[in-house]
Amino acid sequence: MIDRAIPLIYFAAAVSFILALMWLSAVATARRGVLVGVAGMALAVCGTLLRPEIVNYRWIAAAFVAGTVIGVPMAMMPMTAVPQRTALSHAFGALAAALVGTAEYYLRAPGIDRFTMGALSIEVLLGFLTFTASLMAFGKLQEVLPTRPITYRNQNVLNLSLFGLAAGAGAYLVARPDTAWLFPLFIAMALLFGVLLILPIGGADMPTVISLLNSYAGLSAAAMGFVLNNKLLIIAGALDGSSGFILSVIMCRAMNRSFTNVLFGAFGQVQSAAVAEPERRTVRSATPEEAVDILRAANRVIVVPGYGMAVAQAQHKVRELYDALTKAGVDVKFAIHPVAGRMPGHMNVLLAEADIPYDKLMEMDDVNSEFPQADVALVIGANDVTNPAARHDRGSPIYGMPILDVDKARTVMVVKRSMSPGFAGIENELYYMDRTLMVFGDAKAVVGGIVKELAGGAG
Amino acid sequence: MSADLELGLYVFVLATFLGFQLIRRVSPLLHTPLMSLTNAISAIAVVGSILVAGEQKTELSAVLGTLAVACSMINIVGGYLITYRMLRMFRKSGKGGS
Repeated sequence: MIDRAIPLIYFAAAVSFILALMWLSAVATARRGVLVGVAGMALAVCGTLLRPEIVNYRWIAAAFVAGTVIGVPMAMMPMTAVPQRTALSHAFGALAAALVGTAEYYLRAPGIDRFTMGALSIEVLLGFLTFTASLMAFGKLQEVLPTRPITYRNQNVLNLSLFGLAAGAGAYLVARPDTAWLFPLFIAMALLFGVLLILPIGGADMPTVISLLNSYAGLSAAAMGFVLNNKLLIIAGALDGSSGFILSVIMCRAMNRSFTNVLFGAFGQVQSAAVAEPERRTVRSATPEEAVDILRAANRVIVVPGYGMAVAQAQHKVRELYDALTKAGVDVKFAIHPVAGRMPGHMNVLLAEADIPYDKLMEMDDVNSEFPQADVALVIGANDVTNPAARHDRGSPIYGMPILDVDKARTVMVVKRSMSPGFAGIENELYYMDRTLMVFGDAKAVVGGIVKELAGGAG
Repeated sequence: MSADLELGLYVFVLATFLGFQLIRRVSPLLHTPLMSLTNAISAIAVVGSILVAGEQKTELSAVLGTLAVACSMINIVGGYLITYRMLRMFRKSGKGGS
């Protein structure tokens, strides 16, 4: 009886996941999306627990408790740490798929049919390489590992050969599943490749890498679906795989880079062209008091937040600034570049956490036409995404990258710690424009000062 | 090619295309919650994990399966919870706050 109900339960779970993604498309329905996703997962888990093959529940129960004990604190991390958390959870997800694949191999090994073994090879290869690659990404984001690219001679040749060897071992196992000695070697190569894959990738490229690893974790779950002949796993894995893929394409496009360039280009390393010492040009610096006078006279202000703002923990001060200006009748909007922050959409979450209404957060394509009408563009902790060189300087490493047209505003105000160049090590010509005022200092202190001054003048 | 494989491939390709269409409609505003939600959904590997852990065919498979269940459970619990937490932060102007 229950045997016949289980496929229906799985079917309902698959439909729930599709609805979850559909409802996530807009803020108004997004929470409903999460709830239906939870329902789908609950169905999948319960349906599986009911299966007659399950003879022992004690270990499963223990694992449920352990997973919950670790999972809940991981969900309570601050929003600035979400990229690291995401990398870590990709590692767990991929490891789960890889471990199941390994167990399946040893359970079925010699008698396994070619097709199942093929899917199993893909599952194990993707699973283990995503596991170590995600741990590396976690290390770089958490800054326990150096964030700059680590390169050595013939790196790409070595990495590709290793991947070729691993894929070859997987293929050999498909042809000869009884080659049991090769299987651990296959795992070791996948693990090693994951580490080597991330070594040459710099911190600035992490948004793309995280998205790509998301995709791999999904694909290994889909491969498990083929091994177990379970359509629910195939659907959920494919949804996840396509999602991660699309996000990484969006990230690449936002940086005007190709996949190959992100994975093999060692960006942040190639700065030789840019370092050609610029002639000592003068910048205009201003005090927070002077900044306030300009802001007070403005009608339209566009704030351009970058990751520097989050590093300085200035989000809440920025919210106070937003409140003060809005109260004074100034129209305030936020311009969000697709790669602002450390993962896709990260900046939106950081600002939403600071209680800034989401209808004031504008995407690059929508906001760029508004800069010419803006009285002040206030750049806080953003750098490369505002560099006009991306539009006209063919020699610049960021040439062609879509940027926020900050330089078109009547006045540009840049809150920055010092004149040091950003992530990519590129000089920003925005700072030398006549219309640009540099307000030097810690973002939190400077914005706090401006807010205080604004309030003081009003009352 | 077996019928199961054939059907599996159809399902995979259709689900991938459906995924592309669904994800393209998601506002960039929500890309971070999107990733944490898909991350939770990919913890569907829990199905295979529970089977391997619960069947207890060999000691090795039981140990690997149990570990896999724990890993998946971390993502299920953590993934849905943090997505929900994030979404609760998004509010429109004029609502709530001061």
